[in-house]
Amino acid sequence: MPEYRPVQERSRSFFPLFERKPDNQNATHYCPGCGHGIVHKLIARAIDDLGIQDRAILISPVGCSVFAYFYFDTGNVQVAHGRAPAVATAIKRARPDAIVISYQGDGDLAAIGTAEILHAAARDENFTTIFINNAIYGMTGGQLAPTSMVGQKSTTTPAGRSIWNEGYPLHVCEVLNTLDGPAYIERVALGDNKMILYAAKAIRAAIQAQMDRRGFSFVEVLSPCPTVWGKDPVAAQQWVRDEMTKVYPLGVIRDRDPWTHPIPVPPPPFAFPSGAPPLLAKPDEPVDYRIKVAGFGGQGVLLLGELLAEAGLQAGLSVSWLPSYGPEMRSGTSHCHVRLSSEEVDSPLVTNPNVLIALNEPSLRKFLHTVEPGGWVFFNGDAIPADCARADVRAVALPMTSLAVQTAGDAKATNMVMLGVVQQALHLLPAAAVDQAMHSLIHSERWLAIDHMALNAGSHRYQERCHV
Amino acid sequence: MTHKQLVKGNEAVVRGAILAGCRAFYGYPITPASEIAEGAARYLPQLGGTFLQAESETAAINMLYGAASAGLRSMTASSGPGMSLMQEGISYLAGAELPCVIADITRGGPGLGNLNPEQGDYFQVVKGGGHGCYRNIVLAPDSCQEMADLTALAFELADKYRNPAVILADGYIGQMMEPVAFSSEFSAVPEKNWAVKGTPQTRPNFVTSIHLEADALERHVRALESKYIAMGRDEVRYEAFHADDAEVVLVGYGIVARILKQVVTQARGLGLSVGLLRPITLFPFPSLALGALSRHASRFIAVELSTGQMVEDVRLAVEGRKPVELFSRVGGNVPTAAEVLTFVRSRVQELCHA
Ligand SMILES: Cc1ncc(C[n+]2csc(CCOP(=O)(O)OP(=O)(O)O)c2C)c(N)n1
Ligand code: SF4
Repeated sequence: MPEYRPVQERSRSFFPLFERKPDNQNATHYCPGCGHGIVHKLIARAIDDLGIQDRAILISPVGCSVFAYFYFDTGNVQVAHGRAPAVATAIKRARPDAIVISYQGDGDLAAIGTAEILHAAARDENFTTIFINNAIYGMTGGQLAPTSMVGQKSTTTPAGRSIWNEGYPLHVCEVLNTLDGPAYIERVALGDNKMILYAAKAIRAAIQAQMDRRGFSFVEVLSPCPTVWGKDPVAAQQWVRDEMTKVYPLGVIRDRDPWTHPIPVPPPPFAFPSGAPPLLAKPDEPVDYRIKVAGFGGQGVLLLGELLAEAGLQAGLSVSWLPSYGPEMRSGTSHCHVRLSSEEVDSPLVTNPNVLIALNEPSLRKFLHTVEPGGWVFFNGDAIPADCARADVRAVALPMTSLAVQTAGDAKATNMVMLGVVQQALHLLPAAAVDQAMHSLIHSERWLAIDHMALNAGSHRYQERCHV
Repeated sequence: MTHKQLVKGNEAVVRGAILAGCRAFYGYPITPASEIAEGAARYLPQLGGTFLQAESETAAINMLYGAASAGLRSMTASSGPGMSLMQEGISYLAGAELPCVIADITRGGPGLGNLNPEQGDYFQVVKGGGHGCYRNIVLAPDSCQEMADLTALAFELADKYRNPAVILADGYIGQMMEPVAFSSEFSAVPEKNWAVKGTPQTRPNFVTSIHLEADALERHVRALESKYIAMGRDEVRYEAFHADDAEVVLVGYGIVARILKQVVTQARGLGLSVGLLRPITLFPFPSLALGALSRHASRFIAVELSTGQMVEDVRLAVEGRKPVELFSRVGGNVPTAAEVLTFVRSRVQELCHA
């Protein structure tokens, strides 16, 4: 008996026995002559040669290769149809030292997953995609693929792909090549043994690019599907070589100058702001202010409310602040609900305020009728319009915008004039708490000065005009 | 715990998440949830974590699938339309037994609806809007403090059960500000030996949701089911507010529960025997607690910002022993305490006549 020395052994990156596979554990589940089986071997060989078996994570798609994880003795993640690039993105970012190889068919990548592949490539994610273009949906039994060729018959194009109905095939490499992101793009084919050798080189180069942190690498493999094409393996291979390569030209399409993704460095220690205890203890007498602040967007409605809530917190009270949000803000009006209470705040919604702060007339008209009898109304205007006045509430009307312009030099300080007026009228909150709130919410020194001027102007004007 | 700070509910979610060890956020902007993504974008890079604005919610949820597979605590946040898009991914996460946290800050629907608070996502979140027999762990905060605390709990439970956990809060809870005390330490994240990390030790690991043979899939689905049964036994959380002796029990969650607390206080002030049961976990639902109350209470009123979704779970819990009614507002309208009180009084009068 002659001694035989094997020149090709099964790759170490394949399991010796396919134990995850329920039936025949010696063979793959691919049809004879299927491109998937060949490309699996090329990938496994590249993993062996590059010495990355422990670092490799293979992403199995939905398609005939859904069970790639039966075969590869590497980390494995099986994902939803078309979403491999999104999953690969997050795995690579979570584990930058892992070598992430995402494997997708043409339906998976170029139809249902078009958005995910395009954006992963545009972001220049540092992983490798191996794209099996067999111009058909294999797993589901031979329907049209986005890469099916014009005239190609499939179960959903029984008369052949028509440019009038299905349009033209998608050239994925060329599309990706319009992006700045990708580092490496190559199209290869399994048309004959020489082509397969090129394919092996391309797959290695793409994975090497990832190892060198050069960014997104992509290899499209024109690949036979003898079963669905209805050809024997040899004829199928010939069709790849003679027909598919006409529509999908082979070659390196992008091999960007090497620039590399940075190695992440651990950041300095981080902590959230820890806050400080409230300035003051809870007051002895009970407090229950239900406040509505309303006006135009840009009048500082929300800030005024937030100042009240923050000052309330500093004054030892239970507080809440709830804004109107969304399109209402864009259409120009805005309001917020503020509660200041010595009891725990139950509902943060203020339906019947005992203090209404109206920075403009539409807001006054909108909310005046909701004010609780005996409540207070503060209005930025010369007087409450006669047609909406109420006898059962206490109303204060002052032209606060002009006061803001006169005293603080800026109409934007109207809300602070209002705060001065309200404070002087109701002694809602201790001055120290308001001051503290202003310091924590207004970060510019200039505005702090302006706002203090406006606040004082408001309280003086109230004293002069409305001494009660 | 830190001293209390005035923060938005959405900000409380981000900080709660990061303190709980979340180091990856993938999301797509949508009102009224966007502040969660914005906060994550501000903080995570400072901690060496990842923030990425995805191309869609479909991509975002699959990025969570990747981050979770690799063993990171990770989250996303969205609202109705985005949650609809995520359902496919959530089904895969549940099927592959991957932990993650999703904050759903709800708005009005269906379709684009509007941006105001509504509770119409209950079915798709609590009943599992994706395909297959799976459930999400669902936590329903009613304050900014709970936005932080329940987000941290969501990470714990997600890891404990290897299952998606959802924070279901409405736009008001997300947008409002209240004082919140935060944990002053980052929590320790459990070792995840099952994850796929690209290391020699984790090389044998794999993540998948496909089980082609009927017997294998049945075993898997039964295993999932046993987790949901365990959650029902061990993880139910609720708040009872004057409920024990109440004739009329109100049931509501999120912003509605806050309004109902006011209703109960006012009703008690009027001498009416009214209480509140507030589910904190919507899955598992506090069915036993409601069932127990149904032995002495005369009537249940579910109050919801939907045309009746949670009320179905209340009915299942009460099992026909007592009438269960729905009081609802939709479209982004929120009932006032007075409105609910009037309704409750009419029902109490009915009881007196009966
Ligand atoms: C959301 C979704 N839609 C449809 C399917 C059914 N499906 C499974 S594989 C497949 C097509 C796979 O074709 P391709 O990506 O070309 O891979 P191949 O089988 O040819 O290798 C489809 C449509 C699915 N699994 N999920
Ligand atoms: S159907 Fe086609 S793609 Fe699928 S295994 Fe068979 S030959 Fe390969």
